[in-house]
Amino acid sequence: MTIVEAQVARKAADYKSEVKPIWCPGCGDYHVLMSFTRAFAELGLEPENTVVVSGIGCSSRIPAYTNCYGFHGVHGRSLAIAAGLKVSRPDLTVVVASGDGDGYSIGGNHFLHACRRNIDMTYVVMDNHIYGMTKGQPSPTTEPEFDTALTPGGTGLSPFHPLVIALASGANFVARAFSGEPNETASILVEAIRHPGFSFVEILSPCVTFRPDEREWKSRVHPAPVGATNNPGKAARRLMTDDGFNIGILYRGERRPYQPSLVGQNIDFAELEKDFEL
Amino acid sequence: MSETPNISIAILGSGGAGALTAGNLLLEAACTAGCHGLLTRTIGPQIRGGEAAALVRLANHPIECMPERYDLLIGIDWLNANRFGTEIDVGPESLVISDPRGGDLPAVVVRGGARVVEVPIKELAKAIPDGRPNMVVLGIVAALVGLGEASFTELLEKRLASKGAAAIASSLAGLKAGLAAAANIDLGKRLSPPKPSDTKRWLVSGNETTGLGAIRGGIKFAAAYPITPASEILEWLAPSLTKVGGVLLQAEDELAAVNMTIGASYGGTPSLTATSGPGLSLMMEALGLATAAEIPIVVIDVMRAGPSTGIPTKSEQTDLNIAVYGFHGDAPHLVVAPQSVADCLFTTQWAVYLAEALQAPTIVLSDQFIGQAVAAIERPADIAFIGQRVKAVETAVGVYKRYAITASGVSPMAIPGQPGGQYTADGLTHSERGIPTSGEADHRAQLDKRRDKLDRFNYGDHWATVEGDGEFAVVTWGSLTGAVREAIERLRGRVDVRLVAPRLLSPVQPERLAAALDGVKRILVVEQSHGAQFHRYLRAHYDLPGEVRVLERPGPMPIRPSEIEQAITEWRS
Repeated sequence: MTIVEAQVARKAADYKSEVKPIWCPGCGDYHVLMSFTRAFAELGLEPENTVVVSGIGCSSRIPAYTNCYGFHGVHGRSLAIAAGLKVSRPDLTVVVASGDGDGYSIGGNHFLHACRRNIDMTYVVMDNHIYGMTKGQPSPTTEPEFDTALTPGGTGLSPFHPLVIALASGANFVARAFSGEPNETASILVEAIRHPGFSFVEILSPCVTFRPDEREWKSRVHPAPVGATNNPGKAARRLMTDDGFNIGILYRGERRPYQPSLVGQNIDFAELEKDFEL
Repeated sequence: MSETPNISIAILGSGGAGALTAGNLLLEAACTAGCHGLLTRTIGPQIRGGEAAALVRLANHPIECMPERYDLLIGIDWLNANRFGTEIDVGPESLVISDPRGGDLPAVVVRGGARVVEVPIKELAKAIPDGRPNMVVLGIVAALVGLGEASFTELLEKRLASKGAAAIASSLAGLKAGLAAAANIDLGKRLSPPKPSDTKRWLVSGNETTGLGAIRGGIKFAAAYPITPASEILEWLAPSLTKVGGVLLQAEDELAAVNMTIGASYGGTPSLTATSGPGLSLMMEALGLATAAEIPIVVIDVMRAGPSTGIPTKSEQTDLNIAVYGFHGDAPHLVVAPQSVADCLFTTQWAVYLAEALQAPTIVLSDQFIGQAVAAIERPADIAFIGQRVKAVETAVGVYKRYAITASGVSPMAIPGQPGGQYTADGLTHSERGIPTSGEADHRAQLDKRRDKLDRFNYGDHWATVEGDGEFAVVTWGSLTGAVREAIERLRGRVDVRLVAPRLLSPVQPERLAAALDGVKRILVVEQSHGAQFHRYLRAHYDLPGEVRVLERPGPMPIRPSEIEQAITEWRS
């Protein structure tokens, strides 16, 4: 991805804004923010050349907490905003932040097409298997038996598998991270941002308010037994035995990113009228 | 035989018979020979195999609407002709050319009492190797209307050059067969020769002029989701944007299209998307975002008959309500409407200028009629609007106020890449610095500024077309302006009628409309809407002087000049 490096060495703190995060105490998203700023510092990004784009939900508050340019848009459409921005301004580093409701439910269609389009950007989904901001409704990654007010007794529906979808749809980089390991997460983000094309990083980020059971994720996550592959077939086979808690980079693809040329043909408007003339 | 200043021809056939091709060739040949002309096509929903008609009006003066009755109706066949109902009307003075093997004459033709002459169109075509009936039709029209053979021969040779000598030969043979077949048929009138003109002229559709207006206005990014009848704008823009160093991105749906547009504009690139009613409905949420985050974007809505899928191929003026009122919350924004094929260029260019200058979403309400009509127009004058997006000056980090309250209401906008300008564009209510808040003071201050920036702007004379004077006024909008103008022209000498057609529909301009209607005692509101949306809009925002009547009708039957003329003359007596 396009990276405009800073002239001076940067610290993670340099990327924090004056706005105080308002997530619940214990929320995994605090650590995700930490990983963002650490990754940006390691990459030496210029804040004015970096844009963090989001939709709606707890995860989507993150742009305002960085001192980069930000866009907090409408629910589910962050990838579309980012696509328009990046294609018209390929000089910028674009990172998109989303959640499992915003990204997989209302924004599900855009997820498929962003993977397929393979524009050079990084898509981070903070997955807590619940709608937090609207107080505890099931998301596409919620377990079928998880009881909520909206779905008494559970949804009875199979959860969505984000990594399978990303890989099948053509994402050029697929990884999973855990918010409780901010250094490892920052390293994955660094690689995701550096990798050309559409990079997808699912970050398991517990919602301790509506999913206190997710405190246990700390002990359930484990490093993926094998490293990244550039073979999508191999990556797909590994996902068949994935328990949802393998942490690491699964796939680094080699597809060329989509970026139409913005160099015009140096014509004036009169040239465009020629076809109209009688 | 009498000469007439304008003549109208309908060529009809089932889909694939080539009626539309014949119509396009007729228009181009006639206009190349110096005529003015307008072509609209009316088709069913099928892509192939339905009903299709090319409606062509040729004249020695500029033409902006179709007549009530056609002078000449040619049916290649009548298989699906009844589906058009009264859209293609003929009267006792009309001539109908019918192929005896083309099926039964449609009821509307029989009822109209037109003179019918049989010509074995298909048989004549069959006698020619690879002959096509529509070329025979072209020859018949050329002979009847009084246009010379030469312009048609020249055009066919040019258009078919890539298809080889055999294709040209068979088409020319068809043309000649048609000319010969019509030699002894009398239309009863012929087109008076056009006045010679040195002006450069274009043969274009409104969707094409819309595209050019967008690029002249500075658009460098378009997001596209296909929809009838707006796709031609996007298809014209795709290669054209590439030529000027811009880009068109195909979106997965309209929700993506409008958000891509917002993203590109946030990055400093003037941006647009084009759609029709159902797509506009899908875009409404993001239009609210563009209002709140103050991102300039242009959304072109080429209106078609609704609601829902409605009649995708036919025109109506029924997206006025959603365009003006469809946003949630209090969301001041701009709505403008072009009034003709030529005006699509001006109005779209103006829309880009307004959006950029005012950092507000701007909806352009075009419609299927002017969007897909092809007209010979004089090349519109080059217009340069002064002013553009107000960019922020460099500041230190943490000082810049993206949504600063200013005298004009417009806040200088930082663009990514600019050091110190970092802010988060947000749909949440925010402070002047752009930081989310739920406080009353910030909410009100930002609502005020977003209203004030539109209200304090000087829109100049472009806000409306105001022509003529007198105590009688017709108030209309959009593509009906042409029909109203023709009706007023016909009434000249009998009654003076004022034409008032707002091009700027939002924000409303009460003082300007009051001035335009000063001294008026009777107002006829004319609109293509079953629910009289425009009349209700006028009533909601303006004090209309005197007596008011409404001539309203849903699509797809266009309101004709004679109906407007009749409504006025009947009201007077």
